[in-house]
Amino acid sequence: MDWSIVQQGIPTYEKAFLLTLKLSFEGILGAIIVGLIVSFVRYFKVPGLQRILGAYVELSRNTPLLIQLFFIYYAFPEIGFKISAQASGIVGLIFLGGSYMAASFDGGLNGVPKIQVESGRAIGLTDWQLARYVVLPQGLSLSIPAIAANVIFLIKETSIFTVIAIPELTNTALDQIGMLYDTNEALFSLVVGYAIILIPLSILLTWLERRTRRGTFGN
Amino acid sequence: MAEKLLTVSHLVKNYGRQEVLHDINFTVEKGSVTVLLGPSGSGKSTTIRCLNGLEDFHSGEIQFKDQVIKPGFKKWQSVRQDIGMVFQSYDLFPNRTVIDNILLGPLKVQKRSKDEALAQARHLLKEVQLSDYENAYPRQLSGGQKQRIAIVRALALNPEFMLFDEVTASLDPEMVRGVLEVIEGLARQKMTMLVVTHEMNFAKQIADKVLFLENGKIVEESAGHEFFDHPKTQRAQEFLNSMDF
Repeated sequence: MDWSIVQQGIPTYEKAFLLTLKLSFEGILGAIIVGLIVSFVRYFKVPGLQRILGAYVELSRNTPLLIQLFFIYYAFPEIGFKISAQASGIVGLIFLGGSYMAASFDGGLNGVPKIQVESGRAIGLTDWQLARYVVLPQGLSLSIPAIAANVIFLIKETSIFTVIAIPELTNTALDQIGMLYDTNEALFSLVVGYAIILIPLSILLTWLERRTRRGTFGN
Repeated sequence: MAEKLLTVSHLVKNYGRQEVLHDINFTVEKGSVTVLLGPSGSGKSTTIRCLNGLEDFHSGEIQFKDQVIKPGFKKWQSVRQDIGMVFQSYDLFPNRTVIDNILLGPLKVQKRSKDEALAQARHLLKEVQLSDYENAYPRQLSGGQKQRIAIVRALALNPEFMLFDEVTASLDPEMVRGVLEVIEGLARQKMTMLVVTHEMNFAKQIADKVLFLENGKIVEESAGHEFFDHPKTQRAQEFLNSMDF
């Protein structure tokens, strides 16, 4: 492996790295919001919406991101929705991640013991107060481990963005290999790029999980 | 005859096709302690849970003060502020400190002033000898301490009626006494209470009236001591003989 090639590539990889971070951040934030909405609608059994969002969850979880991206980027312009490659990537990540996040929030909300809800009712809390002071704080912190796993999963899924030519990390590496045959150097830079994002994040999320667990359990 | 606080008439509850409460009738007089006794599965907890709307019932009615409650009643939220309940399993909110557990109802449900509610909460904590635990989280307390806090949390709403559903059943034996003493203290202060318990000595000492349930029916209703000294039915006699007290 030629270290000078790796070094020359740093500015390009830096750009790709920042783009991967930006797209991941926006997509994950959107996925969390969609997940919360879907999960609340299901937990509080909002009539009508419950069905529509149920259909979304099935579609989202049972199709690959690759196919979702093809639809968003190539098929939707045919019916008049044209958005940039990067916007398509973010929308795809939100579409995929939303259902995973919803499942994780569902797990947390349903994991709040029934006695907690009953004792909240017994002191006269309204449904809204029960949600705000009892179910949500406990349910959300119960869902943190699963949410953390989704965050890591979704960041890795951004590698699929390469199929719609977004110059994120994987795309950059594949380009370098395709044009210059610098396979070793490209793969090395690629792995380092992902590791710099994922390893510290993983440590941070584990720490966060432990902290919230301590705050919630052991009643 | 003392004033009635609660009258239960012809209460029936089913789980699916199975009837679990059959024609339950009783009254609770103001300032009295009524104890529900009976074997497991006899319907004691279900009865008590019907009284604050945690379980639906299918026919009959409950009159609490001036409020007549029929199946499908919708205004439990206001009734519950007058009926405190303490459960068997620990039910404090684990994400809130002791004081925040206690103040949630007074501040958010009853919209009382913070100063006044806090002063009352501190007074109640002192009565159950847990003043030092104001800022502790539930996980830092023993089972008996948690149950005493749960009682305080219910009392903080100034209820006129308290329901106790086997509140010592999941405690270590050495914790039981302290919790029962708190309930005895309330009885001395003439709090109206309905108590489900398996602590026979406690029941005997505290009960003004005993309702003995079996298979979802009230088999026997007696004044407290009478039930323990001269049970009327053979079934109650057998139940008492099987109890170790």
